[in-house]
Amino acid sequence: MNKPEPVQVIKQRRDAALQQLLSDVPYIQFLGVQFDRRGDELTAVLPFKEDHIGNPMLPAIHGGVTAAFLEITAIIQLSWAMIWDDMEGKTVDLPDRIQLPKTIDFTVDYLRSGLPRDAYARARVNRSGRRYASVHVEAWQDNRTKLFAQGTGHFLMPDRTKAP
Amino acid sequence: MTPENQAEMVADFIQNMPHAKALSMLVERSGAGEAVISMPYDTRLIGDPETGVIHGGAVSALMDTCCGTAVMCHPNAGVPTATLDLRIDYMRSATPGDRITATATCYHVTRNVAFVRAVATDADTDRPVATATGAFTVPQQKAVTS
Repeated sequence: MNKPEPVQVIKQRRDAALQQLLSDVPYIQFLGVQFDRRGDELTAVLPFKEDHIGNPMLPAIHGGVTAAFLEITAIIQLSWAMIWDDMEGKTVDLPDRIQLPKTIDFTVDYLRSGLPRDAYARARVNRSGRRYASVHVEAWQDNRTKLFAQGTGHFLMPDRTKAP
Repeated sequence: MTPENQAEMVADFIQNMPHAKALSMLVERSGAGEAVISMPYDTRLIGDPETGVIHGGAVSALMDTCCGTAVMCHPNAGVPTATLDLRIDYMRSATPGDRITATATCYHVTRNVAFVRAVATDADTDRPVATATGAFTVPQQKAVTS
């Protein structure tokens, strides 16, 4: 039997692949979205910034920031699932630049107003085919069971048969 | 308050929202349940580094703001409003470097809900970049009572 890979090697490989997905996209940095990884599970974190405020009277997070946060979470989760087998199988080296899925449509359901504090989101890929994918995302702030927004989107998958 | 005053107040309120400022949104026109808001191209908003195309999330923020503005300047709706639901369809990538302009119409208002649709274009105004449909809250006191 093969000796299992050292834990640091696995961690380093996975974290590097995740960083590669994120660091290329200026808009993810602009909003300040970060990702926590536990095995293959990702949790998106949106640390609160004054810039995210929509209505300053309440104050509440801008609906557009919420929508963007959900969409980023969906795209990264989908891309992460897409590269996982290549990354873990080690049969294929990941390309320098990973092509991301493109949004076809995205629907956001606003459940309560976003408070001026950190927000979290997790996405579930409900279906991912060769061409299309459907992803659901949930976002919360203080309580995991009290969602402040959820969203569903359809995405066009990149053609992974040809080199970018 | 006259409709003109309301439109002016709404435009002022929108442009002073911190996130609208962060994206340099400009209210081009607003009044009678319609709003036109534009946003300049900015490299910080890029979603696809290969092509320089703006991230869909930034387009969503513009659409949400524009739809909300249309509700706030509708005679039977008003300030404040909150998004209940917003769906965006992305038709094509916006051309990098182009300003994006969203036009929203609040086409129906009930006692509790305002219905809105919007379209976003870049310099090529004949081919939409994205469309949106949304439902927004109507402020309680200003709801139609008759």
